[in-house]
Amino acid sequence: MAEIVSLDEAVGELIHDGDEVALEGFTHLIPVAAGHEIIRQGRRGLTLVRMTPDIVYDQLIGAGCARKLVFSWGGNPGVGSLHRFRDAVQNSWPVPLEIEEHSHAGMANRYVAGASGLPFAVLRGYRGTDLPAHTANIKPITCPFTGEELTAVPALNPDVGVVHAQRADRRGNVQLWGIPGIQKEVVLASKRSLVTVEEIVDELEERPGAITIPSWVITKVAEAPGGARPSYAHGYYERDNDAYRAWDAVGRDRERFRSWLTTEMGVGA
Amino acid sequence: MSYTSDEMMTVAAARELRDGTACFVGIGLPSTAANLARRTHAPGLVLVYESGTLGAKPERLPLSIGDGELAETADTVVSVPEVFNYWVQPGRIDVGFLGAAQIDRFGNINTTVIGGYDDPKVRLPGAGGAPEIAAHCGEVFVVVRQSPRTFVDRVEFVTSVGFGSGPGDRERFGLRGAGPRFVITDIGVLEPDPETCELTLTRLHPGSTVEQAREATGWDLRVSPDLRTGEAPTDAELAALRALKAAG
Repeated sequence: MAEIVSLDEAVGELIHDGDEVALEGFTHLIPVAAGHEIIRQGRRGLTLVRMTPDIVYDQLIGAGCARKLVFSWGGNPGVGSLHRFRDAVQNSWPVPLEIEEHSHAGMANRYVAGASGLPFAVLRGYRGTDLPAHTANIKPITCPFTGEELTAVPALNPDVGVVHAQRADRRGNVQLWGIPGIQKEVVLASKRSLVTVEEIVDELEERPGAITIPSWVITKVAEAPGGARPSYAHGYYERDNDAYRAWDAVGRDRERFRSWLTTEMGVGA
Repeated sequence: MSYTSDEMMTVAAARELRDGTACFVGIGLPSTAANLARRTHAPGLVLVYESGTLGAKPERLPLSIGDGELAETADTVVSVPEVFNYWVQPGRIDVGFLGAAQIDRFGNINTTVIGGYDDPKVRLPGAGGAPEIAAHCGEVFVVVRQSPRTFVDRVEFVTSVGFGSGPGDRERFGLRGAGPRFVITDIGVLEPDPETCELTLTRLHPGSTVEQAREATGWDLRVSPDLRTGEAPTDAELAALRALKAAG
C-alpha cells in the first residue's frame, strides 16, 4: 500500500544523495514540483535518468544535484538547447556531468526490461550509428534462433522512480490519462516510487483511456496541485509554452540562473 | 504572391508526402510540412508523433511532440514503448520525416555533438527517436536549411544512418527501410544517386542556382544531368501555410 504523505516528506524519505533517480514524463505530466523539491533539499551526486530531460532537469543539473545523466534526448522541446546541461557537459559547471546516451527506443526498452524483471532488452536499433562506441550499455547480441545480430541494452531499475498523475484515491491507487509516456514502466521498474498527483479524491471515476497504477506497487503518493507546470496535466491545465520559451534566456546565462535559484528555489549555487 | 525561401522549402517538403500514407513526424520543419500536406493535397495523411499520438489532426502547430492538442485529435494514444516496438520497429510507418543539425553526402545525420564526443564544441540534444526512425521507416525525408556548416563531407557523429559509407551498408547493418529518399532544402532537392547512394542535386527551387547550391554544400556537390526547376508555391499553398503558422 502506498503511503500518502506531503511532497517534502516524500522526497526527504525516498531520495538520498548518490541515488539513481528517474523523474519521467513525455511532455505531459512532468513531475516538476518533485524536481524542485529535490533542488530545495539540496541532494547531491544523483544519477538522473530520463528519456527527455527538459527544463526541470536543466534546473537540477544547474543546481549541482547531478553527477551523471542517463538519457536519449536533452533539449527544450520546440525551443532549442538546454544551456545548463550544455554548460555542465562542455565546461563542468557547476560540477562535471557524466553522460550515458541512448535512443528513445533503447531507453524505453531498458525500462520495459526493468519492469518485466528481466536483465536486458533486445531491439533492432543502434546498428551503424556511433552510439554503441560511446555507450558501454549498448551491446550486440545474436538471436539464438535465427543467428541475426541485434542490440541488447540492460534493464533500468532506478533506486527511485518519480512520476506525476491526475488523481489518486485515499488508498493511493493512481489514475493517469492522456499521453501515457513511460510512466507506468518507470513505477514498475523502480525499487521505490513516488507519484505526485493533482488531487486526492474519495473515489476514482472512470476516464477514457486511463490507466490505473495500483497502490500496492507504489511507495508514496503526494498531493501536488499544479505539480507538472509548466508541462501539463490533461484535463486540468494546458502546457505553458511561453514558460518553455522564457526559460531559454534564464538557462543561457549563469548569473540569471543563479538569481532564479535564489528567488524561485531559495537556494544558492 | 511573393514568398520566402523557408516557405518554398516547407511547401516543397509537403508536396512529397502522399495522401493515405503514415508519416512519423519530428517537431519543427517536418511537423509544419506534414500539417501543410494534410491541409492541402493529402487530407488522409496519418501523422504519428513519438509521444504516442497516432493519427493526430492538430488545428494548430504543436510546439512540442507531446502537446495536448495532438492527444485530443489523435485516432489513438499509446505508450512510448508501444510506439517504438509495435509501430516503428516492424516497419509500419511509410515515411520518417526528420530534421538535422548536420547531414553528409551519404545522408547520415548528426544531432548529437559538434567537435569530439568527450570534449564537445557544441553539445546538441541527442538521438531521441531518430536512429530507429531512420532505420525502420519505409523511407526517410529530411528537411533542412542548406549551408556549409550543415552539409558536411562526413558527419562528426552518426546519430542516424542514411547510407553509411555507401551502397550495401544499410543491408549490412540489418536496417529494413530504404533510407533517405529526399533531402529538401531552401535551395532545392537532393536525392541519392541510384548507383553510389551519394546525395545529388536533382531540383532547384525557382530563382535558385547550381552555384548557390554548391556554395552551401561542404562537399563537391554532384548535380543530376536531369536537373530541373520545381514549381513555385501556389497561392493556395501559401495561404494554407500562413494560416497554419498564424494559428500556432
